[in-house]
Amino acid sequence: MADAEFGKADRSQYPHRRPDGSLDIDLTSGKYLKLWQGPNHPGITGNMSVELTVCGDEVVEGKTHVGYLHRGFEKLMERRTFIQCFPIVCRICVPEPDFNEYCYAAAVEELAGLEIPEKAKWIRALILEMGRINSYLMYLGGQAGAFGQGVIGQWTTYARDLMLDRFEELTGARIYHMFILPGGVRDDLPEGFDERMEQTLQEVERTLDDVYDTMFRNAVFKKRAVGLGYVDPALVDEYGITGPVARGAGVARDVRKDQPYLVYDQLDFEPVTGRESDVYARADVRRRDLLMSVDLIRQILSKMPHKGEVMATLPNVLHWKIPRGETYIRGECSRGEYGYYLVTDGSGYPRRVNVRGPSYTHAMALLEKLIVNVNISDVAGLMVSLHTYPPEIER
Amino acid sequence: MSVRDLLSPFIAWKHLFREPVSIRDPFNREASERYRGFHQNDVEKCIGCGTCEAICQNGAIDMVIVEGVEGIKTRPGDSGLRPRIDYGRCCWCALCVDVCMTSSLTMSNAYKWVENDPDKFRYIPGVDKKEWDNVKQGYHRPDGHRLNAPERIEMPELEPAERIDSFVEIVGGYSVEQARLEADRCVTCGICVATCPTHMPIPEYISAVRDGDYERGLKLLYDSNPFSQICGKVCTRRCETTCAASHEGDPIAIRWLKRHITEQVPYEKYRDIIGGPLPATGKKIAIIGAGPAGMTAAFDLARKGHEVSVYEARSHAGGMTRYGIPEYRLPFETIQREIDLIVSMGVEMHYDTRVGTDIQMQQLQQDNDAVLLAIGLWLGRGTRIPGADHPHVYKAIDLLRRIRDGEQLEAPKSMVVIGGGNVAMDIARSVARLQKQQQGEINVTLTALEDKAHFLADPVEIKESIEEEINIIDSRGPQECVSDDQGKLVGLRSWKVLSIFDDQHRFAPTYDESDEQLHPGEWIVEAIGQMSDVSLLGDALTEKLEWDRGRLQVDDDGHTSEPWLWAAGDCVKGPDIVSAVATGHSVATSIEAMFEQKEAQNA
Repeated sequence: MADAEFGKADRSQYPHRRPDGSLDIDLTSGKYLKLWQGPNHPGITGNMSVELTVCGDEVVEGKTHVGYLHRGFEKLMERRTFIQCFPIVCRICVPEPDFNEYCYAAAVEELAGLEIPEKAKWIRALILEMGRINSYLMYLGGQAGAFGQGVIGQWTTYARDLMLDRFEELTGARIYHMFILPGGVRDDLPEGFDERMEQTLQEVERTLDDVYDTMFRNAVFKKRAVGLGYVDPALVDEYGITGPVARGAGVARDVRKDQPYLVYDQLDFEPVTGRESDVYARADVRRRDLLMSVDLIRQILSKMPHKGEVMATLPNVLHWKIPRGETYIRGECSRGEYGYYLVTDGSGYPRRVNVRGPSYTHAMALLEKLIVNVNISDVAGLMVSLHTYPPEIER
Repeated sequence: MSVRDLLSPFIAWKHLFREPVSIRDPFNREASERYRGFHQNDVEKCIGCGTCEAICQNGAIDMVIVEGVEGIKTRPGDSGLRPRIDYGRCCWCALCVDVCMTSSLTMSNAYKWVENDPDKFRYIPGVDKKEWDNVKQGYHRPDGHRLNAPERIEMPELEPAERIDSFVEIVGGYSVEQARLEADRCVTCGICVATCPTHMPIPEYISAVRDGDYERGLKLLYDSNPFSQICGKVCTRRCETTCAASHEGDPIAIRWLKRHITEQVPYEKYRDIIGGPLPATGKKIAIIGAGPAGMTAAFDLARKGHEVSVYEARSHAGGMTRYGIPEYRLPFETIQREIDLIVSMGVEMHYDTRVGTDIQMQQLQQDNDAVLLAIGLWLGRGTRIPGADHPHVYKAIDLLRRIRDGEQLEAPKSMVVIGGGNVAMDIARSVARLQKQQQGEINVTLTALEDKAHFLADPVEIKESIEEEINIIDSRGPQECVSDDQGKLVGLRSWKVLSIFDDQHRFAPTYDESDEQLHPGEWIVEAIGQMSDVSLLGDALTEKLEWDRGRLQVDDDGHTSEPWLWAAGDCVKGPDIVSAVATGHSVATSIEAMFEQKEAQNA
């Protein structure tokens, strides 16, 4: 393409592709530059990297690289008893660990034929929604920060910290809660939890009002985010897109509704969807989803049974053997469908555990698709809008 | 995009007028009530079972020897070890707290610890003193949150009404499923192994039950105890008193699981699984007494290929298990199976042969390389109270023997038993059965010096005796066996016991003489202890041997002061089957060592 034509042609056709489908890029021409974003770049959502090929300030190709955070959880679990896997699964996703605990516990329960008490289901749903709020609050700070707006992160961190206080008093820990274990949950709600939770929820709502005014009604943010990273609804199935990314494209996909687990069939809610399918739309879907979680927590606390056991009777966990079987347990986390595929062979150890984190499809394949023709300065914002947590890619 | 989008962000300025939300003093923020912070361990409550170590998926816990701390030492029920935690590995999941068998391990809500030396973060909670040791807040295992089942699987037993008029065995035995569930409760800590006199590999055979591999289980049993079928029914099970599960629940039914294994393997397979004797060595050993100690030694030595002859004064082997324990607890068939198995190892039995009468000790000494005395405790002790010489005042051990020998005793209308041990319960319950069979009514009174909480008998025996309508009156000191003018025994006069021991813990009972009772009984049975009949030794040998307060003195291996003579069983250890088995083993090892030593000298 001649330089004179640059900027006038159809951007989506640029750069050219050779007949075999590879990009027609001559790195020796001096026109292109290789640029690594990550693995320790502030604009990266954790330890992964994108190998960018830029032309001027425009990305012509981005290759995603993962593996910087590989700790081999799936393999580790094959050498641990069923109860010993419980403390390590939370580490597969740091900002929203509870889905690991829930999916693992539910998979073990299904294969072991354990029925958990009713109240434990409500407490599990409560914890999952609390975790979702935390995850979204962290996301909002990151999304605004990627476009240079630091104050949002400060506010949402404050609100998240309040929610961590609630986690601390309920589960005994702030980050790795280790509360949902096979058989139920560790303990009942502490005394006076409802009132303190209500105060926290009000504070979260107040914070979100401010976030709405300063971030979503912000000319700078709109200018950066609107139209950026458009995901064609047709790609949703092709790329295995779930969660807010799919809902931002108008596809009302939500496991809580599509295949209700725990107590979601007893809660009143509709999946939040957007239309424009760009970074702004996805951010807005998440903001509204967050508010829906606030509402769901209120519903859970009011509908939850007051009395009852929270833990099923377990066999002696030290030599717990689970009959041969396999299952896939899914849940809707803040980033999409989270799933655990568990295979047991009748021994005291899982034969295979496979963790399906939504970041795997979003941050690797989809990002490579979306990143072409994006301005370098928008790469970080685009990546954050896919809400990536690298540890769940490299479990 | 509108003007609103330009102006709206300025709302952020309102935060200028807000109070700061950050915590001013984060260093002194107290963590929540349930916070999983640094560990605490009540080291006196802790038994060092190591279950915390077993569950820790990080390998952060090691069980280590603790020295020089008061209250921690290796003893029955306590390994003497304590958990050491490495905070370079710990992930604060608290599974160790959840699984702790005594709830001694907890967590405080402390979370700050500054140290220059990284090794300091590996410490023994409760031993290495820390400022959070006495902090109340922090994670404790919530009520009802258990990672193992606290309650024992109930053993099917005959109801009192079904069992009281017969000598049919009371205990039914676990089904496979029941046994598996019970075995599942075991945490395989092995505290029991140290307590068991013969150190049976309890966790291993329980795991064989879990796996349903009964042949493996049987092999493990007979490697350590040739009286496994019998012990599976009537063992005094000290293991269960120290079981880690007993601290916060019922102990594992170790005895019943042992019984279950022996019931699951077909008897015909026993010999093959256990394995036969080694080739003959030509060494000869004489064993006096075919009770648990003698037969255990016979089993061990015969399997080594030695020529073993057992001399038994009575017509059946089994000793106290055969003649002392009632049939409702231990059927003859069980004993016979056990004895047949031992005899099948090549043991030569001489029944109805009383040493000292039918054959002399000198003869045994001459004909054999070693002689073992396993003569048990067959003389009942008497109370020596006035009237105790009445012909209807019996020794419990004599009566039990007569009942087990098949003699048709005519039960008295009423009977008083003196004593609160297992033998007292046995005779009371046996005579109660005879009464029920012959007269339709039970009238047995059992009196003992101790109060019920301190009876020497197994609590299960006491419970079952009460169910069988035996009248237990505790804290009574026997004073006189009262007869009427015609010389007929009418009952036992007793005083209320105030205390049994004096300040120096010597036996010196004191009574409240104003609280006197007459317990009516046509018979009075004394069940207050037994002693050995050592008359078989002959005067010369008795003179030569060393004695310790009336008991034959032996070293740890059961070796007497005579180089050719060993002693084992109740006559050296006091009455207990499994202890007798243990001494049988150690004597066999000692005799074997003597042979090896001699061979080395000859070579």
